[in-house]
Amino acid sequence: MPETTRPLPTDDPTQVAAFEARIAAGESIEPKDWMPERYRRQLTRMMSQHAHSEIVGMLPEGNWITRAPSLRRKLSLIAKVQDEAGHGLYIYCGTETLGVDRFDLYNQLLDGTAKYSSIFNYPTLAWADMGVIGWLVDGAAIVNQTILAKTSYGPYARAMVRICKEENFHKRQGYEICMTLAKGTPAQREMLQDAVNRFWWPSLMMFGPSDTHSPNTAELLKWRVKRKTNDELRQRFINLTVPQAQELGITLPDPDLRYNAETKNWDFGTIDWSEFQEVIAGNGPCNRERLEARRAAHDEGRWVRDAAAAHAAKRSQATAAA
Amino acid sequence: MSDVTGAPVGDSHWPLWEVFTQENQGQPFEHAGSVHATDAEHALQNARDVYARRGEAVNLWVVPSAAITASAPSDAGPFFDPGNDKAYRHPQFYIAPRGIRIF
Repeated sequence: MPETTRPLPTDDPTQVAAFEARIAAGESIEPKDWMPERYRRQLTRMMSQHAHSEIVGMLPEGNWITRAPSLRRKLSLIAKVQDEAGHGLYIYCGTETLGVDRFDLYNQLLDGTAKYSSIFNYPTLAWADMGVIGWLVDGAAIVNQTILAKTSYGPYARAMVRICKEENFHKRQGYEICMTLAKGTPAQREMLQDAVNRFWWPSLMMFGPSDTHSPNTAELLKWRVKRKTNDELRQRFINLTVPQAQELGITLPDPDLRYNAETKNWDFGTIDWSEFQEVIAGNGPCNRERLEARRAAHDEGRWVRDAAAAHAAKRSQATAAA
Repeated sequence: MSDVTGAPVGDSHWPLWEVFTQENQGQPFEHAGSVHATDAEHALQNARDVYARRGEAVNLWVVPSAAITASAPSDAGPFFDPGNDKAYRHPQFYIAPRGIRIF
């Protein structure tokens, strides 16, 4: 039976109370500590989805490595894509501390049963998309991950701290691409605006469903897995991003976007959640292509894994014979 | 799925190694995370690629995870407790005259 449908064992109420007292005292939970089965499952779900997102997130940008407009841009893009692979590995390693096997998690990604961030199912049609992904998508990820760096599960929090340091490079390289295009020819500005138009709403969806439709939120907040709600993080991202858009001189594709002097927030229009649900359900523009690319990469990388295993076997034989 | 030796074809079935990084010369080594690798040399290379892409380390240790013995969180109280009733282990236990620098 899949992990998520197996009935939960009943936790001992005394242990649950002691666990919740530790959480309330701001303590960090470590792999060998007792934790409610449901805490373990929620974290396994969140962390593996997060790790998968990093891995699938290599694909939209990998698409432009061979067509980067200069060697400088190409070097940054390769480094960024390599970082995403590293981020995936940090989080998979953290997930393994919960007693799951990375191979099983990865198979769930390859067979389409695991979820990953909906944003990576959108195509990267123009060079400007590399700038806008760095600026908006990595920007949204930073807002989310900065808070996750204070999550109650120690290995996840430590992976986030490591990742946040590197994401700042991603965001800055993205914004620099946007700024260059914004100061460029009319065609470049038009390309930038088009990329922003396509990525703005999907970036807002990255924070997940609205709090009123997020069944997991209350429990995740109680256990301090999450420290802020989806809507709070989304609002924070918008507040940070609007001045950056103004600096670029581009328009964010939301006629309802306006500053609210009372709340000091940027009010925004209604998100099309039906689009979000469709993409999550596997019907986004690139879902099929992304999974096919991951499967091909896994199959084509098999000889490397086989070679490494054969090399190690040969060396251990040689050591034994010596 | 399995390979010729009957082992599952997944690189996470390679042994797990804990990675420790030393940020600067003279500093202590700190746990960074883990990697899967076929042998120690492979583990060092993977650890470098995953945990030291930006000069985060001047030295790396990789240790087979299975070789680590750790204290159990549930025993933390009794295991470390003996220290608490031995006040004479702490400098505050000793009386020194005011106005004199002892060190």
